[in-house]
Amino acid sequence: MTLRHTLRLTIILLAVLHALIFFAGFIAPYGFSSQNRDLTFAPPAQIHFVDAHGKIHGRPFVYGLKTDALDPTGYEIDPSQIHPLEFFVAGAPYKIAGLLPATRHLFGVRAPSQIFLMGTDAYGRDQFSRFLYGGQISLLAGLLAAAGALTIAIAVGALAGYYRGWIDEILMRTGELFVALPWLYLLFAVRAVLPLHIAGWQVFLLLVAVMGLLGWARPARLIRGVVLSAKERNFVLAARGFGASDFYLLGRHILPQASGVILTQLALLIPQYVLAEVTLSFLGLGVSEPTPSWGSLLSSLQQYYVLSSYWWMFLPAVLLVPVFLLYYAAANALQERFRSVQL
Amino acid sequence: MGNARPRRLFAIAVAIACACVSAAARPSASDLPIEEALITSNAPGHPGGRIVVALRSEPKTLNPVLAQDATSRDVIRCLTADLIDINRATQKTEPALAKSWTVSPDGRLYTLHLRRALRFSDGQPLDADDVIFSFDLYLDEKIDSPQRDLLVVGGKPIVVRKIDAYTVQFALAQPYAAAERLFDGFAILPRHLLEGAYQSGAFDKAWGIGMSPAEFAGLGPFKLKEYVPGQRIVLDRNPYYWKLDRSGQRLPYVDQVVFLFVASEDAQAIRFQAGDTDLLTHLSSENYAVLEKQQSSRHYHLDDLGAGLEYNFLFFNLNDLSSKSLPEIVRKQAWFQDVRFRQAVSAAIDRDSLVRLVYGGRAAPLWTQVTPGNKLWIDPAIPHATRSLDRSRELLKSAGFSWKPDGTLVDARGSVVEFSILTSSSNQQRVKIATLIQDDLKPLGINVQVVTLEFHSMVDRLLTSYDYEAAIMGLVSGDADPTSEMNVWMSNGDTHLWHPSQTKPATPWESEMDHLMEQQQVTLDSSKRKRLYDRVQEIVAEDLPVICLVGPDILVGASDRVGNLQPAIMDPYTLWNIDQLYIKQSR
Repeated sequence: MTLRHTLRLTIILLAVLHALIFFAGFIAPYGFSSQNRDLTFAPPAQIHFVDAHGKIHGRPFVYGLKTDALDPTGYEIDPSQIHPLEFFVAGAPYKIAGLLPATRHLFGVRAPSQIFLMGTDAYGRDQFSRFLYGGQISLLAGLLAAAGALTIAIAVGALAGYYRGWIDEILMRTGELFVALPWLYLLFAVRAVLPLHIAGWQVFLLLVAVMGLLGWARPARLIRGVVLSAKERNFVLAARGFGASDFYLLGRHILPQASGVILTQLALLIPQYVLAEVTLSFLGLGVSEPTPSWGSLLSSLQQYYVLSSYWWMFLPAVLLVPVFLLYYAAANALQERFRSVQL
Repeated sequence: MGNARPRRLFAIAVAIACACVSAAARPSASDLPIEEALITSNAPGHPGGRIVVALRSEPKTLNPVLAQDATSRDVIRCLTADLIDINRATQKTEPALAKSWTVSPDGRLYTLHLRRALRFSDGQPLDADDVIFSFDLYLDEKIDSPQRDLLVVGGKPIVVRKIDAYTVQFALAQPYAAAERLFDGFAILPRHLLEGAYQSGAFDKAWGIGMSPAEFAGLGPFKLKEYVPGQRIVLDRNPYYWKLDRSGQRLPYVDQVVFLFVASEDAQAIRFQAGDTDLLTHLSSENYAVLEKQQSSRHYHLDDLGAGLEYNFLFFNLNDLSSKSLPEIVRKQAWFQDVRFRQAVSAAIDRDSLVRLVYGGRAAPLWTQVTPGNKLWIDPAIPHATRSLDRSRELLKSAGFSWKPDGTLVDARGSVVEFSILTSSSNQQRVKIATLIQDDLKPLGINVQVVTLEFHSMVDRLLTSYDYEAAIMGLVSGDADPTSEMNVWMSNGDTHLWHPSQTKPATPWESEMDHLMEQQQVTLDSSKRKRLYDRVQEIVAEDLPVICLVGPDILVGASDRVGNLQPAIMDPYTLWNIDQLYIKQSR
């Protein structure tokens, strides 16, 4: 596969992934906070075409669950209950992009029976729905924090590389300070002094802001390096000779040279920040219950009984691996591509 | 490989030496006259072997006067003895170092007669001077023992007086119903070892965790052998212990107790499952379910003892915040202070769900602070109301609340009703309780946020800054007797969580509760006391200073090797009769 194909493929896959997460409300059969207190830790449903009597069904179906006679905390499949899968069903109301109210869901089974593709958690909430909704928080946090960090990095890198001298010194030393900050402890401290009655989305924005603020220093150094070499190029010197302003030079001639670095950094920073959000939520510092994020979906794995008894609680972790790999593949492909362009 | 043989020989030699030593260290009971010994009623066990137990953290000190944390006290209990003991199984008092005692008719004078011919673990004899010396330490204001408050009755410290070498008199300023129970936990200390440190003012450094075992002597079943920081504390059998079983064999049976430091509950469960430890206290219901499946194949058994003395509850911030600048919380206090609001919240909580989902059914739903485990004190007349959203709505309506068309609850001034519930991030069960309550209150149109904080920052908000709206906490009564709860229910108590350390009671029901608690403390007639404490429970159930939720069961585990196990719902659950435990002989 050529470089171009790799890049195109990873970008298409990433777009599909983001679309899935964006339309979580439509694809998820249930809301992220709806509890089923009689179906805690239900195992993932298996989709069947052939029933216990060997009869083939045109419409895929799932079996109902009943409590295991031997183990009151477990379930067993009840072959007498067959719930056919239905598509574009009416269900819990949700909002597309937080604005458009809707009630249709991609798939579901007829109430009161339910379908849990990835099982349920300790409250009987559908893990599949929570994974999709959790992606909204985690990916958005990653995107926003990466964008924030890069914006600061571009401004700082350009100023430092272009003006050199004391501006460079101050900005780069400050950057080193930020790299050396123990950000996890900083976040612990920030969370402890915050007022309690801040809403979940405020916590979220705060997380994003802190992560973005703390991550600008490394990309800023890279951009500074590119700016340093670009501003000595002949066409830049020529433009300066014609009397171009600093602002014009930076915007028109110098920063475009850094676009490869910026895009690559973006592709690297997004998964890094998604992971940072996952880490924070795993430690209980992220968005609070019942709002899911990828990290909070994993946090129950800290407990031995979940770890040892309910394998489907690992599924979010398994699904995160390809997500991160996609981003890193995209970053790789971008880097290769810009290197070949520069040569 | 070449040295495998010598090593094995060496191991055998050590084993033989140990056997000799243990035989040698097991003197006949001749130094202990049988009429002075305490004869236990347990089935006689086999001598020898050792018991391994996990502790959640390292003890901070082995000084009984200064110890505050539970793990220190667990170890100290094995090393020391008190005058009168609470039998954890019957929850009643029984003689310990005091062979008998008499009470003056007015209930203010206790005369205790010590067993004679008892010796500390270093061989030195015990007499009344050691008792006087010990209580001097507990009562010394400069030492500031965490247990000192217990010895202050009616505002005056208990006066301890020596009558003769084996008789001590305790004078109380006023009658004190639970006086006998008071002696449990006050370890008697050796004057000959500690007086020097006390006189030179260095007592606060005495018997620290790093001391040499030779500096220590106690009257408990075991004595200190070694402490390995970060790993374990090893205790050896005390050859001078003062209990005999009914066959005349001297207790304790086991030669050694090893306390391993295993930080988390999960890790403790795993070590127990692997057979590294013999006893398991503090088992969570989740791990109980995991471990339960392998009981027979791994040769251990688990026990669900039913509800313990821990009660978990939700409470609102009812502090006087006029001196603090917390306008948002002051605004919400208008709701919190209305008993109908608290009752509406209580009626909307599905306690059965909490029991089932949080504790896997191994807990009891609660409507007051007294759990079903506390059989002597529970008030059976308290109604067990099931969840009723209709009743909640009625109560809210009568308190002036109403609903917006989208179902959101608003107060009389039209502001949306929402509050946050604070809980500790380290306690998964309470986080779960909070999440379920959040969902329970949703149909009422109340928006709840669950805020989890690290334990110390949570306690700081609850007790110092008062910067919280509602919180979920749990308390474990130190004793079944209500006197152990004084600091919770008295309005001037520092564990009166919803509004601690009041100078005078803020509400009429708090004033009534103060009176009842004071009365029960000095009333000697036990049925009258019961009636007084029943009324306290009624107030808790009606006025809901705390909304009691669940009392988790005490779950314990023990290896099948351990005999005479008699786990109890009172701390230290499986360890309280460690002097009677023995290791069964393998066939």
